Amino acid sequence: MPMVNIAGKEVEVDEEGYLVDLSQWNEDIAKYMAVEEKVELTDSHWEVVNFLREYYAEYQIAPAVRVLTKAIGKKLGPEKGNNKYLYELFPYGPAKQACKIAGLPKPTGCI
Amino acid sequence: MLHIVNKSATDRGSLESCLRMATKGSAVLLIEDAVYAATTGNAAAAKIQAAAADLKIYALGPDLAARGMAGRVLDGVNVVDYGGFVDLVAEHSNCQSWL
Amino acid sequence: MSDMDEMEDGSGIVKKFMFLNRKAPHGTVYALEGLEVVLITAAFDQDVSMVFTDDGVYQLMKGIDSKGIEVKDFSKTYRALEGYDIEKLYVDQASMDARGLTEDDLIVDVTVLAVDEMANLMAEQDVVISF
Repeated sequence: MPMVNIAGKEVEVDEEGYLVDLSQWNEDIAKYMAVEEKVELTDSHWEVVNFLREYYAEYQIAPAVRVLTKAIGKKLGPEKGNNKYLYELFPYGPAKQACKIAGLPKPTGCI
Repeated sequence: MLHIVNKSATDRGSLESCLRMATKGSAVLLIEDAVYAATTGNAAAAKIQAAAADLKIYALGPDLAARGMAGRVLDGVNVVDYGGFVDLVAEHSNCQSWL
Repeated sequence: MSDMDEMEDGSGIVKKFMFLNRKAPHGTVYALEGLEVVLITAAFDQDVSMVFTDDGVYQLMKGIDSKGIEVKDFSKTYRALEGYDIEKLYVDQASMDARGLTEDDLIVDVTVLAVDEMANLMAEQDVVISF
């Protein structure tokens, strides 16, 4: 699988650019992935990215977008737990793009 | 002789076959799904305890832990780690894996 | 990339699906594969029941620590099922008894069924998928 150099560290990614070893994740990698996805990271983006990392630590999966939306609504309020808000942050799919930036595998149920 | 069993006794008959063939003084090492047989309340527990009178029964610790069974091991069963697995193979002149 | 949500505007037919899990978690890949199929199926808004019988009840054990065998601990993922609206989890009483297990040993809340109740549940399904 391809190797990329991120902030002086060799990191393995899969053919779609997702981080292979999630334990390698750090903020430099998140920033690199964000550039790849043409996403400019703001505090709102980080909130979702950190939420995903917590979700993964608890359940060992990346959530489907529907589940992510609902769970964010529960934790951060309805003004954030909706498709419009999340797609504005991550236009090419919150599950796909935010998971990549968070260093998680591609969500189950995302074909 | 060292006998190695890796299938669950509540799913397959390989533990039963092994215990039928194992002669007095032999060692039986339970690995992978076979470790369930060495836990309290399992349907095969009585068989293991009866066999422990004539055989040395071992179970692989990492496989017990991976199944949430580390705290439920039967008395008379010796828990070994991977190093202990290697030692058992080295100590015995021959070995049979009941696949 | 296409999120499953975009595919939900199908026929609207809801069938009763039972996923029957009969294998212990790590010795074979059935348990993990079955769980992944259930998570994907959740996107289609079907009436899903997850059933654990025979060695399948071992999938739900609390206190799993799989670091030593270098395998992912997917037992935590059963706790995510609620968020996927999969709330019908059943275990077979006789299978629990034969393994010395009680509901307290399990990582999620389940309904324990006697064999005749389980048989009826199976009989009323449109589709049974076995792992």
